[in-house]
Amino acid sequence: MLKVKNLHACVAENKSIKILNGLDLYIRKGEVHVIMGPNGGGKSTLANILMGRPSYEITNGEVEFNGKSILDLAPDARSHLGMFLAFQYPVEVPGVRPWQFLKASLDAKAEANREKKISVREFTKIFNQKVEEVGINSNLIKRSLNEGFSGGEKKRNEILQLQIINPLLAIMDETDSGLDIDALRIISDGINSMRSNQRSFLIVTHYQRLLNYVKPDFVHILVGGMIVDSGGPDLALKIENSGYKDYIK
Amino acid sequence: MPDIFFSHSIDQFNILFNNAKKKSFFDSKVNEIKNIAWDYFLSTGLPLHRRGNEEWKYTNLNPLSETKFTIDADIDIDFSSITKLIPFSDNWHNIVFINGNYFSKLSENSTKTNDINIVPLSSSKLPDEFATLANPDLSPFTALNTAFFSEGIIIEIPDNNKVSKDLNIVFLTSQSSENLATFPRVFLKCGENSNLNFIESYINLSSGNNLTLPVVEIVQSKNSKINHYRIQLENKKSFNIGTTRIEQKENSNFNSTTFSTAALIGRNDLHVLLQEPHSTCGLYGLYITSGDQQQDNEISTTHVKHDCTSKQFYKGILSGRSKAVFSGKILVEKDAQKTDADQKDLNLLLSRDCEVDTKPSLEIYADDVICAHGATAGNVDMNTLFYLQTRGLDLETAKEILIRGFADEILDRFSPKDLHCFLSDYIDDIIPELRDQSDTIGTF
Repeated sequence: MLKVKNLHACVAENKSIKILNGLDLYIRKGEVHVIMGPNGGGKSTLANILMGRPSYEITNGEVEFNGKSILDLAPDARSHLGMFLAFQYPVEVPGVRPWQFLKASLDAKAEANREKKISVREFTKIFNQKVEEVGINSNLIKRSLNEGFSGGEKKRNEILQLQIINPLLAIMDETDSGLDIDALRIISDGINSMRSNQRSFLIVTHYQRLLNYVKPDFVHILVGGMIVDSGGPDLALKIENSGYKDYIK
Repeated sequence: MPDIFFSHSIDQFNILFNNAKKKSFFDSKVNEIKNIAWDYFLSTGLPLHRRGNEEWKYTNLNPLSETKFTIDADIDIDFSSITKLIPFSDNWHNIVFINGNYFSKLSENSTKTNDINIVPLSSSKLPDEFATLANPDLSPFTALNTAFFSEGIIIEIPDNNKVSKDLNIVFLTSQSSENLATFPRVFLKCGENSNLNFIESYINLSSGNNLTLPVVEIVQSKNSKINHYRIQLENKKSFNIGTTRIEQKENSNFNSTTFSTAALIGRNDLHVLLQEPHSTCGLYGLYITSGDQQQDNEISTTHVKHDCTSKQFYKGILSGRSKAVFSGKILVEKDAQKTDADQKDLNLLLSRDCEVDTKPSLEIYADDVICAHGATAGNVDMNTLFYLQTRGLDLETAKEILIRGFADEILDRFSPKDLHCFLSDYIDDIIPELRDQSDTIGTF
């Protein structure tokens, strides 16, 4: 599904700041991959670059999604192909209601893919059902998107969007950080309920605790802009015990 | 140089005033007020000197002073064909002014009601408060209105009357009007325990450089409540310099929401006097400017007595080379203990060449008060644009959603449903133009 080959990237406004230095990653359909690593290693940058954040520049390498090169595509075109990024810090959007925003999102995708738009009635039904499942306060959801939401509420809102947009590849950028144990469980349930043999996940996290709830197929260690080690869930446990010192020279 | 402008601005109105005087049908009392106003204008001229003149520091009136105005135009309006162009509903009391004068033919249905008395200025005894809230010598433009007004209206809401229909006053200038100066005048008195929703909208049906100088005075009696909406939608070559004065008695409530756009120079000079205790007022506004437009908001509230609450909340969306001013003032006098006042002005700057001068200010002479103020001016957040894009919205749509979202907070305060729909459609129509005049957004 996702092939990242020898990816090099730097900060667009200051090319001397190199963040990814030859990163390779292969994700097949239905797999859950976890990226761990020390601060400043490039984890969040990778998540953002895959989605096309313009503040980074690709200097070398290739990224393919379902056989299609995506590096020249705008973020919205990547979304239309089935990619999704759950933000580490979801943005507050004043005056924009979640219902209206998600309907516009689905309509844009349908239009790009020349599919029929979902009716208001059908969408409202799905929306209300998902709001309840994710456990978002029904008063909050009537307010502007993320405005005045607590950190946990914002992350739940990201899971709501994930569930409604229904992507093929969900990139989760530290979705678990700043959550209490109940919220972590709800977020994990949200991810688990979305797992299927057609959908893949790339989860960026600092903490092994998320992996108590979401069982990954692969764990990668990202240090200095490269993947320096890969393994199964045991690798995360090892990191939990011994830290990253073996990988940092 | 400035003196030439000064004399020019006086000269051109001098000719008009002499013409207007010949046609005046008012009694000596009104003519006396008019003469006081005219003498005041002669002493000031237009406020073209900006240096050291705090009230006019940021607004350049030269385009106005360089335009030669007339006070006559044909009334060539087919009202039935324009109801879609203006805020209008069959569910409202609709009152029409054409070229600055009350037009009874189109307003008859609304004047014959029990819960509201509407009479032309020429056929009514002037209330004692007339021209005392907006004094003839309040400003050069109030003076001009007073000197020139012709057929205005007096509206009275009897005591204990909850007016069920919204009152809608539409100020139109006719299609053939060119460089027409108009001076609409409205006086409204709300009786005790009365309620009213009051809409005033200014629409220009011609493409000429028209000048509209309205003055609206509102007296609110004890326990009354008014929701006021002011819509300024004149053409892009026009000038609208409006003065609104409100006096609130005990335990009254005044809410005003304004929408200002379109004019080349627009000024909304709104002052509320909280004269007696336990009253509240909320002043809200949205101004949208593009091209070379200037929109000036002079918003002030005076707390005279204790236990009153006031709020000022304005938002601006600027693009092109346009300019906007928010000059908000809250004055808390020494007897106004337990005042709770809040003032805020937020601006979205879409281009590098636009400019907002925002001056929220508090002047407090009482010691037991809660007062807060703040102002911001910023561009569309790039991170937010990226967020929306990752949800499948293209950059243009994302920008439009953010502009619209910024406007909605004020737009949602226009409670009359038909008015809200009208403005909502209007904003949707102009957002592409704003987006196209933007240059600070879309680059990361």
